[in-house]
Amino acid sequence: MIETTAAGGAASTTQAVGGPVAAHQVDMTAALGRSSLPNPITTASGCAGYGRDLAKFFGLDEIGAITTKTIMPYPRSGRATPRMAETPSGMLNSIGLQGSGIDAFVAHELPWLAQRGARTIVSIAGERVEEFAESAARLTGVPGVVGIEVNISCPNVADRGLVFACNPATSYDVIRAVREVADPALPVYAKLSPDVTSIVEIARACVEAGADGLSMINTLLGMEIDTTRLRPALAGVTGGLSGPAIRPVAVRCVYQVYAAMRAGVMPEVPILGMGGIRSGLDALQFLLAGASAVSVGTVIFNDPGAPVRILEELRDALATRGFWRLADAVGAAHR
Amino acid sequence: MANPLQVAAEVVSLQPAGAYHHLVLRAPGVAERVEPGHFVAVAIGGRDSATLLRRAFSIHRADEAAGTVEVVFAEHGKGTRELARVRPGDRLDVVAPLGTPFPVPSGPATALLVAGGYGSAPMFALAERILDQGGRVGFILGAATADRLYGVDQALALTPDVVVTTDDGSAGTRGLVTGPLAEAIAATGAQAVYSCGPMAMLRAVTEIATAHGARSWTAVEESMACGVGVCMTCVLPVVGNDGVSRFVRSCVDGPCFDGTKVRWSDVGTIPADVEGAAAMGVR
Repeated sequence: MIETTAAGGAASTTQAVGGPVAAHQVDMTAALGRSSLPNPITTASGCAGYGRDLAKFFGLDEIGAITTKTIMPYPRSGRATPRMAETPSGMLNSIGLQGSGIDAFVAHELPWLAQRGARTIVSIAGERVEEFAESAARLTGVPGVVGIEVNISCPNVADRGLVFACNPATSYDVIRAVREVADPALPVYAKLSPDVTSIVEIARACVEAGADGLSMINTLLGMEIDTTRLRPALAGVTGGLSGPAIRPVAVRCVYQVYAAMRAGVMPEVPILGMGGIRSGLDALQFLLAGASAVSVGTVIFNDPGAPVRILEELRDALATRGFWRLADAVGAAHR
Repeated sequence: MANPLQVAAEVVSLQPAGAYHHLVLRAPGVAERVEPGHFVAVAIGGRDSATLLRRAFSIHRADEAAGTVEVVFAEHGKGTRELARVRPGDRLDVVAPLGTPFPVPSGPATALLVAGGYGSAPMFALAERILDQGGRVGFILGAATADRLYGVDQALALTPDVVVTTDDGSAGTRGLVTGPLAEAIAATGAQAVYSCGPMAMLRAVTEIATAHGARSWTAVEESMACGVGVCMTCVLPVVGNDGVSRFVRSCVDGPCFDGTKVRWSDVGTIPADVEGAAAMGVR
């Protein structure tokens, strides 16, 4: 029988692509090139910390992977407060990559995650190319790590003119340096910014540099002004816009890059889609646009159990539409 | 931090309380986990609400037998305005209890409880705990105006030692809660001063308490996006037991802090000696 849920929508109005499928029959394996995850849900970097606090709400091994908050090679205080401003269907953040550095992370956080069976994608960043490589090298052979996400697109860095992902050449340099030193067994994902003229051009540079996959998108650079204080609302003046407000931008980016791959403009690599996912149907949009897996981010602030909820909603939505395998939905909007 | 639950809480009642609202929620499993100083994070609107961030409120009281938790809130913006329109029987998505509560003396102790406005909400359950331990309590409750005081009657039901201040003199003594504090510490021999209210007040209370030999426990107010420890928006500079200052999260490492550990004058800045400041170019 065809199972329907609120998340899956009304079966009578949905174009099924195959025969009737029960939700439990859907193969949710997310194929990611040489690797795979048991299901396509990860947490978006910066929205799950290092997993400890979210583990109070669901089992970290229930979702495909935990993507950590971005880690630098050294301790970093992050920006002054206020660091947050609520916006319509979203928020601005100006955290500034606060963290204790890669050594503390490898010593204290990764073993804890591994003990809980979490599959961890580690987000790394640096101010210089060598710093990205330094963090990547420290992850070689560490149990529980299933990938490296290279954050070349954080808007909350000191000199925003140096956001690596705004330039194909600098994007290439960072990804090349990381791929050269990273554990060959670990896929490297380049995290792209939407704040560029041609995201396809940046994506192609990253893949040509050796990226095994692409994460898209990071937050959009935004700003809010406090009309009582007559000053910028954030201490950092500008911040990264996230939440459902940016979802159409993110879906567009995934669609454009996947289309470029299909057209032979650039090599085909898996895409981790993210940006404003709040429900299973939101996640499905990213799959249909070309993502092989999805990251759940700001919605966690609203609903700490969202990753597992969205996983079940997506499973139901795929079943309702007659998909036996999640992989069959990837890029379906292009066909 | 307590092990929080995410529950669909039923609105039992919403009543005006002076300038504030008093909300009672039936939240299965939550009440028995609540300690004084814990807070709740309430989702605004339904699943598709454009108001994405939860609103955090100190828990006023928790009734284990009734399965209820109570909060007192003011209408500040669109989120609290919407919350003020709920009706009995409505469901609210609640995450609670959250945060690190006030430490309660393990034996008889004398404490002063100092609060501004509805910052007094968590203080009455705390006072009852201290009294249960055989201790003594006194209150200093202040507000801008008489209608913005909260809980004077509840304080008087627990102790005759209640001092009221208002900025405009419309109730009690004209002035701030810090005005009578030093004398009250001396008069009661208080070993601990607990405070909840605006940051400037917490700083001043800590300075006076410390100068007069009392411990200072404060519940801070910082805007937070998640309330559960993952977003890093609600940080403030706090000195650790190892003497190192760090930006720590007020949602899980607080909101209740030893007031002497918080670097009040540096809130909103990056002190050069806070861990990781050098990476931000701060020297």
